[in-house]
Amino acid sequence: MGTQSYREVESRELPRSVRLRRTGRTAGNAAVRGAPKHYSETRETEKDPVTQALGWFSIALGAAELFTPGAVARVVGVDEDENRGLLRVYGVRELLAGAAIISRPKPTYWMWNRVLGDCIDLASLYRAMRTPGNNRVKLAVATVAVLGVTALDIACSVGLTSEAKPSTGHDEGSFMLPETVDGTQLLSAVITVNKPVDKVYAFWKDPANYPRFMSSLESVQITGDRTSHWKVKSPIGLSVEWDAEVVNDVPNELIAWESGDGDVTNTGTVRFKEAAGNRGTEIELAMQFKPKAGAVGAKIASLFSAVPRTQLSNDLRRFKQLIEIGEVVKSDATAIPGMHPARPLKYSELEA
Amino acid sequence: MRATCWEGAKHVKVEDVPDPKILNEGDAIVRITSTAICGSDLHLFNGFVPTMEHGDILGHEFMGEVVEVGRKVKKVKVGDRVVVPFPIACGACWSCQHDMWSLCENSNPNAWIAEKMMGHSPAGVFGYSHMMGGFAGGQAEYARVPFADVGPLKIPEDLADDKVLFLSDIFPTGYMGAEMCNIKRGDTIAVWGCGPVGQFAIASARLLGAEYIIAIDRFPYRLQMARERAAADVTINYEETNVLEAIKELTGGRGPDACIDAVGLEAHTPGLHGLYDKAKQSMRWESDRISALRQAILSCRNGGTVSVIGVYAGYDDKFPLGSVMNRSLTIKTGQCHVHRYMKPLLEHIQNGDIDPSFVITHKMSLEDAPVGYDIFNQKEDDCLKVVLQA
Repeated sequence: MGTQSYREVESRELPRSVRLRRTGRTAGNAAVRGAPKHYSETRETEKDPVTQALGWFSIALGAAELFTPGAVARVVGVDEDENRGLLRVYGVRELLAGAAIISRPKPTYWMWNRVLGDCIDLASLYRAMRTPGNNRVKLAVATVAVLGVTALDIACSVGLTSEAKPSTGHDEGSFMLPETVDGTQLLSAVITVNKPVDKVYAFWKDPANYPRFMSSLESVQITGDRTSHWKVKSPIGLSVEWDAEVVNDVPNELIAWESGDGDVTNTGTVRFKEAAGNRGTEIELAMQFKPKAGAVGAKIASLFSAVPRTQLSNDLRRFKQLIEIGEVVKSDATAIPGMHPARPLKYSELEA
Repeated sequence: MRATCWEGAKHVKVEDVPDPKILNEGDAIVRITSTAICGSDLHLFNGFVPTMEHGDILGHEFMGEVVEVGRKVKKVKVGDRVVVPFPIACGACWSCQHDMWSLCENSNPNAWIAEKMMGHSPAGVFGYSHMMGGFAGGQAEYARVPFADVGPLKIPEDLADDKVLFLSDIFPTGYMGAEMCNIKRGDTIAVWGCGPVGQFAIASARLLGAEYIIAIDRFPYRLQMARERAAADVTINYEETNVLEAIKELTGGRGPDACIDAVGLEAHTPGLHGLYDKAKQSMRWESDRISALRQAILSCRNGGTVSVIGVYAGYDDKFPLGSVMNRSLTIKTGQCHVHRYMKPLLEHIQNGDIDPSFVITHKMSLEDAPVGYDIFNQKEDDCLKVVLQA
């Protein structure tokens, strides 16, 4: 646990998603003026005033019920002698709950306990109403009062329950997976291949290679020095295509492309890194799909939201097979798409 | 061609299916001369391995003659007589190059399914579910063998099928089970399960220098074979006596230096424990019945090794990790890296150190595969190993 004020300052530089994650803390640790940065103390009370007031209310009501049950019975409008014992028991319950609510930093359990108590009170009042001889007017007033308090109790309990648990904070040194922002499909996958970086880079340098392992691509045609035309296999009868341009190319490090005009804004980055321990090359492929607005755009969006991360990993696996053994490995069950038992296919099925 | 197909739990059928074809340039097509039913096929037969589909061709222990090769195949030629290892391995990835063939990174086209269930994917395996690649198996007249230059081992003409067929799986598997025990002179080894793999684990422990070998099963004919053919010193029938106590008695209270689990996910136990495991497994609340593994762990001496070669499929219950941790046990396990062992074990066979054919109890025609599955599963007619010939 560090100090809160120290973290707040630093978090301004962070992306919104990270900042959001850290707020919502309640009673927690507070910085102490003049103390070293790592030092903190737990703040005693950070409860909302309503909860605190309800705690005191419990104590007052409990004391009244315990010590002067006769007076309480008169106010509520029930028979004094018959209900003295019961009211004393309710008094003990109220006192316990009240004491816990005002003393605990986060009295979620005890607030719900109050709600339960309210229900018991309401049930008792209902019973009293049906008993002949009780003062119905007084009882009705008492019921309205209890209902009001019940509403407050429920509100405070729900508030306490839904409060985010204090975050343990973000550590700048820790790794976090990227997050999707504003509806864009961000997909990424990684793989390690048993080949040196320069060979891997050379393979990715030529986009015409991509359809050999990217299952959703039908073709990529090279149209210029840095430009190519991409065409996607579309199951819904739409022809989805776009022109892509290489926007960044650092030999043996990364290739990034972006689509210009077309049905979809597509950006992609593939990064290469020598794997530790002589294990070849680590490849990270990240792709973003952002459909154009409009009906067609929406349809395409649904197309790409169906592209799961698994598919991208499978693409990379096929790439690994290509570069390590020269072809994509087929089994009897996977030689053609669709569910199919693991047995040889007929020639006609294979050619289809 | 004719092939043994899985048609649901406890139901296999020999059917007409299309002949296999070259699908990758490194493939070979093998005309199968001998193939066997493996104990692990019984896990498929009984429906305990997920991602099987009706019509899948079974079988991962087979050998035969090469009848066709793909464009890139260099070493293997048409007419060669080969034994095919059950894991499919490319030979080019990091795992293959580090002698971990059953962990080949390229041979499972359904790696993503295995990844979902196990975190990462192992190699593809012939005839062993879609999660393991969806490859047609070898209990058939022909099989397509990917990476023909990497896996298949050429067999000299003078060695009969029966002697070398088990190089495809159970002999190397049993051998690896014993090897993982890191046996030193004077060591005591206990082996759970006297099925074919257990027999080879016992025989291999002896080859590797174990001094005292204890074998555990419940079928007298299997225990007898363990003593008489595989060279176990003493056997325990777990239906007759308390295994943990008996092993303590036999080892001066220390426990064996290493314990081998050659049973796997369908272990039987007498009494309440057994009923509990059976009930949970049949409700699919746990994937494996691990009672043999539990015994192996609890029996093992402090600081000893538990070697697991029985097949497990998923997530298990009541695993005594407390015993493993507090007593400094080492667990070693894995699908056999068959490629690693084929040549050295072929030499042992050629030298006459061992004749693996001793485990064969039944030989029948491929057409009778359903009968073979049945008697092997029911342990009828003293069945230990069924070999099918086309």
